[in-house]
Amino acid sequence: MPAISMTVNGEKVCGDVEGRTLLVDFIRGNLGKTGTHVGCDTSQCGACVVHVDGKAIKSCTALAVACDGATVNTVEGLATNGKLHPMQEAFREHHGLQCGFCTPGMIMAGIDIVKRKGKKLKEETIREELEGNICRCTGYHNIVKAIQAGAAKM
Amino acid sequence: MYEFEYHRPKKLADAVKLIKSKKEGKLMAGGMTLIPTMKQRLASPTDVIDLSGLGNSGVSVTKTKVTIKAGTTHAEVASSSDLKKAVPALAALAGMIGDPHVRHKGTIGGSVANADPAADYPSALLALNAKVVTDSRTIEADKFFKSLFETALRTNEIIKQIEFEIPARSAYSKFPNPASRYAMVGVFVADFGKKGVRVGVTGAKGSAYREKAMEKALTADFSADAIAKVKIKADDMNEDIHASAEYRAHLVGVMAKRAIAAAK
Repeated sequence: MPAISMTVNGEKVCGDVEGRTLLVDFIRGNLGKTGTHVGCDTSQCGACVVHVDGKAIKSCTALAVACDGATVNTVEGLATNGKLHPMQEAFREHHGLQCGFCTPGMIMAGIDIVKRKGKKLKEETIREELEGNICRCTGYHNIVKAIQAGAAKM
Repeated sequence: MYEFEYHRPKKLADAVKLIKSKKEGKLMAGGMTLIPTMKQRLASPTDVIDLSGLGNSGVSVTKTKVTIKAGTTHAEVASSSDLKKAVPALAALAGMIGDPHVRHKGTIGGSVANADPAADYPSALLALNAKVVTDSRTIEADKFFKSLFETALRTNEIIKQIEFEIPARSAYSKFPNPASRYAMVGVFVADFGKKGVRVGVTGAKGSAYREKAMEKALTADFSADAIAKVKIKADDMNEDIHASAEYRAHLVGVMAKRAIAAAK
């Protein structure tokens, strides 16, 4: 089994994986970071979105071994010294969740949108950019509001 | 997913050597189709040769030609400022593929080699008279797409880059499946002035194709009215739970008219 190492949320980690081990399984199973969720497992829902080398990807559709040497950020890495990231705080404040299952992916996607499109986001842009993230509870309105508010505070 | 041996060569020559030496090896570009296919156990290669280590990405533009290296992601194509100036329709097309996360991984080379009948890029390759450059030869787009998931690529042949001709104006119009965002029908219209108009259609048949009756009409008169009388036959169109053959045939006309109106 190939030995891999990567930097996850600023911490050097390593492990032995099979070629077929998915990045999300490595993060959840090997590292015990279960904030990243598996929703659909078919690249549709986006609950598994993490940042690899600064870009949002679906970790259920990436091989862990292919991320050898990469820098990975998950939802657990966002808060600093017990203080929520502005995007997390905005989801809390604007009630951008109900069951919360899609939330880690939504937050990671939201931060990625800000990285690419800036802090001033139109509602329309956010809705279009959330193409790859599915929520079954909220109807999206509050998620969009949360991302707009979180973006402004980043 | 069944277990396999993973390889990540750094040089094209090594990738070619590897794929030739494995009995049931499979090349992986962004993996956006291959990984889901393997997860469903519809593919079970003994070896996966990951091409992402080749560092073969980038968009370059000259006066007459756009060259996109095979490993360029959809996100990179969509955001290339040079491409947005030269062929805005091609950049816009890349920005319509999948979703932002998929566009960060999926590549043009992978999409073209996979030749999904509903993929977006094949329509652009046909309309922009593209050339597919592989490790061993150059293949014209007109001779590249053969049928459902079938291309002119030989087993073990690797795409290096795609070269597109720059038209005077062009546009891509797609009717996406609301769930997958794949094209139910997508039409790429490119006006090359005196050299004529080319129309590439995806999603409608087993493989992307050129709608030549439309090309003739548009070369004479580049307007939506010019194709009003072009009859699109439903005979060999795809039929599935999303759309009947007749509906797809109708969409070809509608998408073509929208593309003509939007061409710039």
